[in-house]
Amino acid sequence: MTRFVVGRIGFYTLIALLLAFFTIPLLWLASAPFTSNPTYEVRMPDFTWENFEIILAHPYALGSLVNSLILAIGSAILVVVLSALAAYALSRVRLPGRDALLYALLLLSSIITGTAAMVPLFQLAIELGLIDSHTGLILIMTGGLLPAAIFMIKDFMDTTPKSYEESARVFGASPLQIVRHVVVPVVRPGLATIAVWTIANVWGNFLMPYLLLSDVEKQPAAVIMYTLYTEGGQANLKVLSTFGLLYSVPVVLMYLFVSKKYGFRFHGGIKR
Amino acid sequence: MAAIELRGLTKVYPGGVKALDSLDLTIPDGEFFALLGPSGCGKTTLLRTIAGLETATAGAVVIGGRDVTNVQPGGRDVAMVFQDYALFPHMDVTDNIAYPLKIKKVGRADRRAKAGEVAARLGLEQLMDRRPGQLSGGQQQRVALARVMATQAQAFLFDEPLSNLDARLRLEARTFLKKLQRELGVTTVFVTHDQAEALAMADRMAIMEAGLIRQIGTPSEVFQRPANTFVAGFIGSTPMNLLDAVARGDTLEVAGCKVPVPASAEGLLADGEKLVYGVRPEYMTYRDGTVEGGLTGGVAILENLGASHLVTLDVGGVSVQAVVPEGQEPALGEQGTVLPRHDRALVYRDGELVAA
Amino acid sequence: MALTTSPPDPKALDAAPARGYSSDAAGLGRLRAGAFVAPALALIAVFLVFPALWVIYLGLMNYRLTGIAAAEPGFVGLDNYLKALSDPGFWNSTVLTFQFVLGSAVIGQAVLGFTLAWLMRNRRGTLKSVVEGIVILAWILPSAVVAFLWVALLDRDSGTLNALLGIPGFAWLLDYPMLSIIVFNTWRGTAFSMMLYGAALGNVPPSHLESARLAGASGLQQLRDVVFPHIRGHILTNLLLISLWTFNDFGPFLLTAGGPENKTEILAVYVYKTALQAGDLGYGAAISTIILLINLVVAIFYLRLLRSRK
Repeated sequence: MTRFVVGRIGFYTLIALLLAFFTIPLLWLASAPFTSNPTYEVRMPDFTWENFEIILAHPYALGSLVNSLILAIGSAILVVVLSALAAYALSRVRLPGRDALLYALLLLSSIITGTAAMVPLFQLAIELGLIDSHTGLILIMTGGLLPAAIFMIKDFMDTTPKSYEESARVFGASPLQIVRHVVVPVVRPGLATIAVWTIANVWGNFLMPYLLLSDVEKQPAAVIMYTLYTEGGQANLKVLSTFGLLYSVPVVLMYLFVSKKYGFRFHGGIKR
Repeated sequence: MAAIELRGLTKVYPGGVKALDSLDLTIPDGEFFALLGPSGCGKTTLLRTIAGLETATAGAVVIGGRDVTNVQPGGRDVAMVFQDYALFPHMDVTDNIAYPLKIKKVGRADRRAKAGEVAARLGLEQLMDRRPGQLSGGQQQRVALARVMATQAQAFLFDEPLSNLDARLRLEARTFLKKLQRELGVTTVFVTHDQAEALAMADRMAIMEAGLIRQIGTPSEVFQRPANTFVAGFIGSTPMNLLDAVARGDTLEVAGCKVPVPASAEGLLADGEKLVYGVRPEYMTYRDGTVEGGLTGGVAILENLGASHLVTLDVGGVSVQAVVPEGQEPALGEQGTVLPRHDRALVYRDGELVAA
Repeated sequence: MALTTSPPDPKALDAAPARGYSSDAAGLGRLRAGAFVAPALALIAVFLVFPALWVIYLGLMNYRLTGIAAAEPGFVGLDNYLKALSDPGFWNSTVLTFQFVLGSAVIGQAVLGFTLAWLMRNRRGTLKSVVEGIVILAWILPSAVVAFLWVALLDRDSGTLNALLGIPGFAWLLDYPMLSIIVFNTWRGTAFSMMLYGAALGNVPPSHLESARLAGASGLQQLRDVVFPHIRGHILTNLLLISLWTFNDFGPFLLTAGGPENKTEILAVYVYKTALQAGDLGYGAAISTIILLINLVVAIFYLRLLRSRK
């Protein structure tokens, strides 16, 4: 009996400690934006909205959020369209070298990271005149996300029955009509997941925009956030906390949405 | 409405597997034709090749007099119902049925009206706004049928039309389909692995094995006179008795007993030949005790089939089965004889039917 | 690249076609299929494959950001690589990166992730949702935000940590920078390991655990005798994956920018500083090539392991 009680106490203590470890750093984000004179310390907020008004007036804050949106949505559109087309073709047609290609994609998505590629990408951007351009950044980030996206969508399409397409085909639909009428609607959940995954990735990406965008007006929230706390002088905690919160909320909402609707398919790669 | 003809149709898969081996088949206009066989025999491959979803390696497919071997699936004027019905999940019933008309560029109002007409014929009026996911199995099947009816194609192809329904529904659906096909009069080919289904529904059928057609005939023909031991063993809810036999003049030695040579094989057997004697349990009569010209043994097993019994006799170590009408079944352990019907017993030489 | 979900499943490569039926359900044909694949491949080729190959070439040149070598770079062969071998900065970074990966991934995230998964293994309900939710929150928040949250937490004068511990004036980021970034990265990345081990534990047949329990095994013994044998493979692949990710992680830059005095200058930061701040692109490219090669080796090893286990 005592062993059970001691075990219980031990369990809850450990859980409490771990929970504290993970929660404490986060608390500041919840309290400081609503405090009129925030310090680094976490205190009970006095529930004011004035920090948000300051943000609205800040020259770069909202603009950077818009930039983040542009980059995220632009990349999402490109990734979804290109990966869906490629994945469909790879799923349905036995192209020569298909298996080798898929293996290569798998490898690429793991090896060529931002860190490994920052130097050549920077050089490439200069050569192609893509420095300081949202388009260039979108292209580069899309290129980086495509292999994994193709793999994920292809996986989804492989498990989609072919009878829908074959049925439409026997009714006389052309391949393009079949893709439009039948394939796209049926794989919509997969496409939505990829879109959200891309947006989440691009939204939080710091290195690429930091590397490739020099104009402050073009920089997304990731870079502005960093600038705000590294520029000289006393960090403006009102701006930082509020901006940080505004910047974080969209990703959190997206995660909640995806996990409610599709049950976040996130098991670390293990088949359940 | 059109006849379907296959000439020397062959399909070889990339690995070298021969899925269809030089098949010749003619299905007359308006016939309800079954492709029957075990898993992997090529029946679905054949259906898909007729539809155009698989390309033939050699040979020709002719539909309504037109050689369509190299024509794309959409251009053959056939319509197909898949095993899982393939109803588009994102469209309602009306749009699903109207889909073939959409491809034919019929205007929206027109095609929805037409879809309503076809649906009414199958009793689907109340379901027009539903999505496939909200329908029962039987309803989904009728929507799939309505969809092919809307095409007004020359021929219908059904891939295992009843296997997605549960057992009770299946029997109702059988009758329903047979009636429908009769009304529409459209040449219909359907694939099934269930021999009872094929016998019940088809006007004629082809029984396939490993890419070859083993027999073509009406249900009565394949039931009463299977052309080879494969068909003999495949057709019939109770398996046919296939017993080793040796020819001796005008009798056959079977399991230590003497039975007369059946009418179909009279005069065609050589003395001492090793053959297989085939007779269906349904074509046997049971008598108590020992009777000349029959197979005598002890009653080993009795199985109740409802309105009849399946009696298994142990004839010198060999199992022989007979179907006995209600009320006439023997007791276990009794000695009895089963007498085969002279005009229904068959003889097989090297697996093939011995016949004039 | 930041957030990833589960790594792609290499089993998809081995899927054999059923019955040999044509898989081209819509009749796309090779030509159209090629056209469908082309745009994605083009983008991948230009912005992923080409840079990976080009960096090898760049490492053999003496490109610079400014100056003569920017306009007319010359071929310097293996000079950059030899420079790396004798460069104390490079070795410092390598050692620091090794510590970083060992501390925050191999020890930190894996152990913490497993502990959380193990503790939550039999629970459903609110506690599990809350714990998982908070841990995942740490993972999905943007890196710039979490970096600053830790700057705030570790602030010497008014940071919450010092307030809780009652030691104001203790400069974590100045006096214990490596420890700080290790704990930071552990905090950040534990979610992935937690979910992975959670799934792995879920796959351990409950009957095995039951038998062990009935035989009198304590929790720890069950762990050792039943659980570990089952999840051994998962442990190794998990460690490889998170090590790979951590090796390439740029996050610490946001917290310490490599300082103070290069004490947290992991390779990712070192490349950035050398190539893009000091402007020595050639040398930076050489180091990047080394990083790529290390990634390649780990990735191939990881994929081989995954495939052999399926």
